[in-house]
Formats: sequence, structure tokens, C-alpha cells
Amino acid sequence: MGGHSSESGPARTGFMGWLNKRLPVDAFVKGSMTEYYAPKNFNIWYFFGSLALLVLVMQLITGVFLTMHYKVGEATAFDSVEYIMREVPYGWLLRYLHSTGASAFFIVVYLHMFRAMLYGSYKAPRELLWLFGMVIYLALMAEAFMGYVLPWGNMSFWGAQVIVNLFGTIPVIGPGLVEWIRGDYGIADATLNRFFSLHVVAVPLVLLLLVALHLVSLHETGSNNPDGVEIKDNKDAKGNPVDGIAFHPYYTVKDVFGVGVFLTLFCIVVFFMPTFGGIFLEKPNFEVANAMSTPDHIAPVWYFTPFYAILRAVPDQQLGALAMALSLVCLVLLPWLDRSPVRSIRYRGWMWKTALTLFVISFVMLGYLGLMPPSPLYTTLARICSVVYFAFFVLMPIYTRLDPVKPVPTRLTSDHE
Amino acid sequence: MSTRITRRRSGFSVRLLAPLLLAPMMLAPVAMAAEAEGHGGEPAHVNWQDWKANNQISDQASLQRGAANFANYCASCHSLKYLRYERMAKDLGIPDDLLRKNLLPDGAKPTDYMMVNFPKADAEAWFGKMPPDLSLITRSKGSDYVYQFLKSFYVDESTATKSNNLALPGAAMPAVLSELEGVKRAVFAEQGAVGGHGGGPVVERFEEVAAGSLSPEKYDAFVRDTVNYMSYAGEPSQLQRSALGIWVVLFLLVFTGFAWLLKREYWRDVH
Repeated sequence: MGGHSSESGPARTGFMGWLNKRLPVDAFVKGSMTEYYAPKNFNIWYFFGSLALLVLVMQLITGVFLTMHYKVGEATAFDSVEYIMREVPYGWLLRYLHSTGASAFFIVVYLHMFRAMLYGSYKAPRELLWLFGMVIYLALMAEAFMGYVLPWGNMSFWGAQVIVNLFGTIPVIGPGLVEWIRGDYGIADATLNRFFSLHVVAVPLVLLLLVALHLVSLHETGSNNPDGVEIKDNKDAKGNPVDGIAFHPYYTVKDVFGVGVFLTLFCIVVFFMPTFGGIFLEKPNFEVANAMSTPDHIAPVWYFTPFYAILRAVPDQQLGALAMALSLVCLVLLPWLDRSPVRSIRYRGWMWKTALTLFVISFVMLGYLGLMPPSPLYTTLARICSVVYFAFFVLMPIYTRLDPVKPVPTRLTSDHE
Repeated sequence: MSTRITRRRSGFSVRLLAPLLLAPMMLAPVAMAAEAEGHGGEPAHVNWQDWKANNQISDQASLQRGAANFANYCASCHSLKYLRYERMAKDLGIPDDLLRKNLLPDGAKPTDYMMVNFPKADAEAWFGKMPPDLSLITRSKGSDYVYQFLKSFYVDESTATKSNNLALPGAAMPAVLSELEGVKRAVFAEQGAVGGHGGGPVVERFEEVAAGSLSPEKYDAFVRDTVNYMSYAGEPSQLQRSALGIWVVLFLLVFTGFAWLLKREYWRDVH
């Protein structure tokens, strides 16, 4: 770790020599790219970190151009989005890249988080890495929610109404807090303006800072891998991990391939099914916000629906909001709930494998149920899934200790694909 | 009131209808009568909720006919406020002279948005509300909905317009297309019968009260073209979108192929 420009090869001369005396360019490239060693056995699950970074950059760039044409304000926001869709050259492309990018962001982030659960990447010494990741995830939820309000469609309006009102369930300060968030007695022009400011300036800054911390923390601990073995425990004479390969060029070229696959799928959605059947862009949002007309069925966008289903599964609204908040807190606490001596699922026993499978099923089911209008059957299912969701975390300290784990090898077992 | 509007509209339409509209009405796939037949012993009912617009956005002739239909029968009351005449003509391959002759209202410029000169007070007196802008109706409700709406008017003496609609019960809009479609009566199933889905009233069949100027097949084609045009108006960029998308995806497939080869080459020395 850390670059040492003088150790390998003669010192540079010319412009790069001049520059390196004033800015550690070479040292940085070595430290985090060409001499940063990553395990050689990354599989398909390891594409999603770099893809999340790609989507972040794409959202920032398309966002900058959308902001040039978007007109914040109750009276202008909806029309300006249609103006972007119709009159701005390639405005439709910018908007679809951005709206599809929001959903893609959550897809890659969910897969990225699941990867960490598969291989125990949150376990010591990477707890802080996981924490930064979780805060990124929470910031992303705030960013996505406020971005969703900006087109000022009817679902923007009513979705904002429902979500902001959740803060009203907090005892004592709730009602005042909701008013403070909205800046008005209802979702209104003031709300739209502040959400615009937060979406475009404040939260992106926080996200960038958090992503930087996430990466610095990653490079300090080094990446985990599908075997959950520390490659730093086996070093060659030069002090480099035997099972490690330089991030650049090996993983940069591999990630370029991953980017190609991702962008192909992404562009198929952007160009041929940008609303994704009303899931990425919902039908009621093509009507302007109307406080007098509630959509038939208010549901948040798909990436919030697992938590929304938990909220609805609880009969009491206040307790429901609490359950929803706790469902996120559980995820944050994962590194401390998991007491297994083993990281990777490859060497864990049947208990963890069963628990993780049930958790994934319940999470996906909750996501589906949160999209659907409530019915007695769905409510029952949502309650069962919520219990499974919480049981996965609450019982984790017990079953991870009892789980019959297999012996972990000292070196990586599998070659790269 | 409705007759006044209808008469005015039909007079308006004769002038504009001719060139774009008539010829292609020969094609006519769906007959409404077929839809009313029951399946395997179940009591017969009209599954209007299952009617699909099946419009083809790539069918430029259909879009042109739809543009004429809309100009003749819809545009006096309904705006398409985000769409300019010129843009529409360009996208649909309509030459400037035909645009000016057949589609542009008196006093409008090609660069204007498609607004209505409908006095709001009149609208409220006649319909109780201003007819809505239809720019995004196919996006907010779907093309199938608009298709179902335009095909499910029926006689209802209890309403101010003397007509009602299955897709939008209590519709403020009179059955302005009845001169084309004809007038039909809905025969409802007995109380308590449960619909195919949706839980709305069950219609056993339609009965013709008065014939229209178009056969059921031609009216179906008329509605389909109109819905196709409204779908275009909801998202004009969809024409460019899929055309450009094919090249983007092809490029990305080639790019990904080379990226794979490059990755394989670099990874030869990883053991």
C-alpha cells in the first residue's frame, strides 16, 4: 500500500518529473492501481462495485445537463420535464439515462450488498467499509426519493406525501419535524425547491465524500474474495500477496468487459423500454401533481418497496414506521450480528445457507408485495416475510455460532474464471 | 347540446377528412361482434377490459391517418399542448403544404403548439369542465385505455349527454364519434353478476340503435389509428429512440466482444 515512486525504476524526468515533485501522481497510480493487489479469484459478483461507480458518474453528468433545462417550481417543473423530453436535443435520452440510471443504481447496489453477504465481506477488518457502504445506501435512498419528486407528477406528489409523513410518526417532535421538512403545511412549492437543492447539491456532495471514504477504507483493508481468505497472509519475497494480482491492468480490463455487458442491458432498457412497464417510470407520474386527485394506488418506486411492505405489514402506523427504520438498522449492524468464524458461504454450514436463502426470498417477496395494492392474502404474506426478515438478523448471533462450518483453506482455492 | 357539437364537428370534418383518411380504411382486422361471444359454456359478456389497441408506432401511414382523425374529431376541444404542428408533420412525414391545407387550424402557425380556442366558459357550461389536454393520456392511462374508451360509448338516457362509457363511467364527453360508429345500447347482465375482471358492470352484449357511417371494422381501424397518433403525441421521441437504440446496442455488443478478447489476452499470465 502507498506509493514509493523512487523504489521502482529511475525517477521520471521532464514534465512528469516536474509534476511528481509537486503532486504524487505516480505514487497514487501505483498505490491504488498498478501496485494495488487484489485477489485473483474475483467472480461475477465483483463487477457491481465498479458498476455502481460508473452509474454514479453517469447520474452526475446527465444530472448536470438536466439541471440546465429543468425549471424548479410548482408551476413549471412538470412542463419543463416535457420540454426536456420533446424540445431539448437528445433531452429524452438524458432524461431516460437519468431515470433508468436511478433504478440501475439500486440494482447494482443491491447485488453489491448481497455479494458482501455471500462472502462475509463486512466481517472484521472490514466493518467500517460496510458502514460507509450502508451510509452511502441511505444517502442514495434520500437522493432517489428527492429526485423522484422533482418531475412533479402526481405520484411524485403523493409519494412525497406518504414518505414525508412517516417522520410525523416520531413521538413528540414528529408533527413539527414534518412541517420543517416540507417548509409548508403540505407538499408544496417550498418542498419542491428544497428537494431540488438537496438533490442537486447537498446529497451528491455527501455521496461523493462517502464513496471516497468507502474506497480509501477498501484500499486500506484490501478486498475480500469468494474464499474469504486473507491474501495478505501469504506474501512473496517482495512483500506482495502470492494470490494477488495488480488491480491495473487485470481488473481494469475485466471491469471494462463488465461495463460493456452492463451498458448493453442498460441501453436496451433506455432505448426500448424506458418506463420498464410502469416500474421505472410510473403511469400516474405522467399527470401533473394534483392535491385534489389521489392516484388509485400509491406505492413508492420499486427499490423502496421491501421496506414499504414492512411498514404496511404492521397494523399500527407508528409501529410500522419503527419496524421500517429497524429493518434498515439491522442491515447496518450486520458485522456485529454475524458471529461465524468463517466469512465465505463456501465454508459455512447449512444454517447460514438456509437463513440467507430465506432472507433473500423474503426480501424479494416484500419488494413485490410493496408494489401491489394491499389485500388480505398479501398482508398475511407480507407479515410472514417481515417476520422472516427480522428473524434472519435477530437470530443471527445464535445460528452463526451453532453453524457447522467447514475448514477454511490457507490459500485461494479456485482459479479465476 | 351534444347534437350541436356533433353537427358542428361533422361539418368541420368533411372539409378535412378527404385525402389522408379514406383509402386505408379498407384494412380492418377486428370485428366487435366476435368479442361478445362467450367461452365454453360461460354466460356471454363483452370483455371490453381485454380490448387491446395493438397500434404500431412504426406504421407511418397509420400515424398520418390518426393525425387527420385527431384534427377532425378531437382537436377542437382537446389540446396537445406539448406538441407543435411543424414537429408533428416532420416526424410523420407530412409535407408542409398538406399540413397547412388539412391539419393546421385557421390562424395557427406551423410552429405553434396544438392548443384549443375553446372558450372555457362554454366548455364549463356544456360539459361541466374543460376538456382535458391529451398530450400524455396514453402515457398516464395507456393506449389500451384510450382505445377502450373510444369504443365503449353506449346510450344512457339518465345522463346529460344521453350517453355513457364503460371505460370512464359518467364521462363528461358526449359520444362525438357516434356518427361514425353508430349508436349502441349496452345490455347489462343481471345485478350481482361478476365481471371478467375489474369488478365493473358486466355487459352481455351491445345492440345497435342506429348505424354509423363506418362499418365496425372501419371504425375499429379509425380508433386504432387515432390511438396510434395519440401514443406518438405522448412521446414523439419514441420514433428516434428505437431507431437510434439499435445502433447503440449493436455498438455495445461489438465493444463488449472486444473487451472480452482484451481481458482474455491480459489474463493469460494469471495462474
